[in-house]
Amino acid sequence: MGTETVHALRDVSLEIQRGEYVAIMGPSGSGKSTLMNLLGCLDTATSGSYELNGTNVSEMGDNQLAEVRNREIGFVFQTFNLLARSNALHNVELPLIYAGVSSEERRKIALESLKHVGLADRIHHKPTELSGGQRQRVAVARALVNKPSILLADEPTGNLDSKTGTEIMALFEELSRKGNTIIVVTHEEEVARLSRRIIRIRDGLIASDEKVEHRESGSP
Amino acid sequence: MNLFSELREGFGISWDAIRAHKLRSSLTTLGIVIGIVTVTLMAAAIEGLDNAFLQSISSLGADVFYVQRNSWMNENTEDTWLKAQKRRPIRLVEAEALAEQLPLAAVAPVATDNGDSVKYKDRSANTADIIGTTATYLDTSGVSVAQGRFLTAADAEGGRPICVIGSEVASNLFRGESPLGAKIKIENQSFEVVGILEKQGTMLGWSLDNRIIVPLRQFLAEIWSRPPIEIQVKVKGLVKLDEAREELHQTMRHIRRIAPNQGDDFAINQQDQIVQMFHRLTGRIALIGLCVTSLSLFVGGIGIMNIMFVSVAERTREIGIRKAIGAKRRTILLQFLIEAACICLIGGGIGVGIAWLATLAAQYFLPAYLSLNIVVMALLVSLLTGLVSGFLPAWRAARMNPVDALRNE
Repeated sequence: MGTETVHALRDVSLEIQRGEYVAIMGPSGSGKSTLMNLLGCLDTATSGSYELNGTNVSEMGDNQLAEVRNREIGFVFQTFNLLARSNALHNVELPLIYAGVSSEERRKIALESLKHVGLADRIHHKPTELSGGQRQRVAVARALVNKPSILLADEPTGNLDSKTGTEIMALFEELSRKGNTIIVVTHEEEVARLSRRIIRIRDGLIASDEKVEHRESGSP
Repeated sequence: MNLFSELREGFGISWDAIRAHKLRSSLTTLGIVIGIVTVTLMAAAIEGLDNAFLQSISSLGADVFYVQRNSWMNENTEDTWLKAQKRRPIRLVEAEALAEQLPLAAVAPVATDNGDSVKYKDRSANTADIIGTTATYLDTSGVSVAQGRFLTAADAEGGRPICVIGSEVASNLFRGESPLGAKIKIENQSFEVVGILEKQGTMLGWSLDNRIIVPLRQFLAEIWSRPPIEIQVKVKGLVKLDEAREELHQTMRHIRRIAPNQGDDFAINQQDQIVQMFHRLTGRIALIGLCVTSLSLFVGGIGIMNIMFVSVAERTREIGIRKAIGAKRRTILLQFLIEAACICLIGGGIGVGIAWLATLAAQYFLPAYLSLNIVVMALLVSLLTGLVSGFLPAWRAARMNPVDALRNE
């Protein structure tokens, strides 16, 4: 790391409402990852503020941020980021463990969440015993298990073939219809097109912010 | 998040991590095993030494005072030593006065002549200890009679030439014959054997069974007319030892007419003095020994620290994931501390097991003893080693930035 100060993002002002389905697009180096880290409370901005559900999180310390991530954010990563040595059920239970939910309750909620993504019959499989699509479903189940305010997905289809990618995106569509707030960071136009609003980032600035018109029924 | 589920999760993770790297874990554990074995064996050796010593002086009753001219402990300087040599001997009348003034204690005057020759018919023994005393000696000395009887008050007064012999004397002089009623010759005087003592063993290597007890009057008349007298005083009932000692002290000063501003010219000795001196000695040995042996534990601890750094580095991504979904610093810290502690506790357990076997083997030629205290201490020490050496790596893991950690491949 050099000593030169680089501003990954400048003058970004953004508001996302509850229940929105937003795609953040931009070429690599545009600052979209930084934006995602800020939105996901993984990092705090050097200046400026971020309000999540009416709480200013930009001033929070490490442990408070961890709590916010646990309660408010559900992450879905490009590389799934499941714990390799734990089975699907335990992976999904993990956020509940950190939230302090009792083990009985935990199991119930995690099973529910896995059933929701269609993996009720795979709960004792380890990530290595699952296909890419199944792994990403486990990740989605884990992301949703704490009923977070935001589902934050970073290139969710990046490591999947197009068929399973489509399946995951269909799952997102369904979640969005049920009222979940979803933010997808992607560089794939087709993935972004499935959202309701596309924010394009270029050189650390918001280049455009537009609604997506959907033809009634039958998206590709 | 509650501590219990956090701990349970921590144990689960640690167990998985340890099992996932069996060879590495066992090599690391080996360092701790060696450390704990050396420390435990050292402690067991000292404990054994301690026990053996206490055993060997157990014939000195813990609640018996020995009033003598000189203290058992070394006088500090040559000057005080010379002074102590000039003290008046303790006389029989003083013992009698003491018995009169301390009705609540058993008081026995004891005169000893070491290494006398004894004869029975054509057989002789050369190094028996002849002890002249009274019937109270049975109370103060802790001896017990195996056959026959002990001296009675009437024996002491009447001065009949009788004796009670130790088991070693009995087996030296009498082969197959019953000693009771036989007449043995001490310093060419005839004494009739009325009792045989129970076997007592040794004290600091000195046989306690090679002795002959005769009435004090006989001793003074036939063996040694002006011997140094030792007064054994045993407290009866539930009296505090310190208070009893002080009362004895004042009474003795009074009997010997010591002016208030003068120092004592006698000493009250106690088993406790020897024990304390011995503990000072073993304490020092223990300190040095533990310093040396804990070096090996220290090396083991460094091994743990090293492997924990590796473990943290390998699992950077996992740390990132856990932090992203809500693990706090404390949670991550705890997770790695538990892992280090587990490795060390396993090592400690194995180490204690090996030390236990080694102690069993060593007991054939050394007085080693592995007490429960040592076992608990060894396990605590291994736990502590794990926590101390695991702290730095765990702290590094806990402070990782989730973004950087997640980026790690």
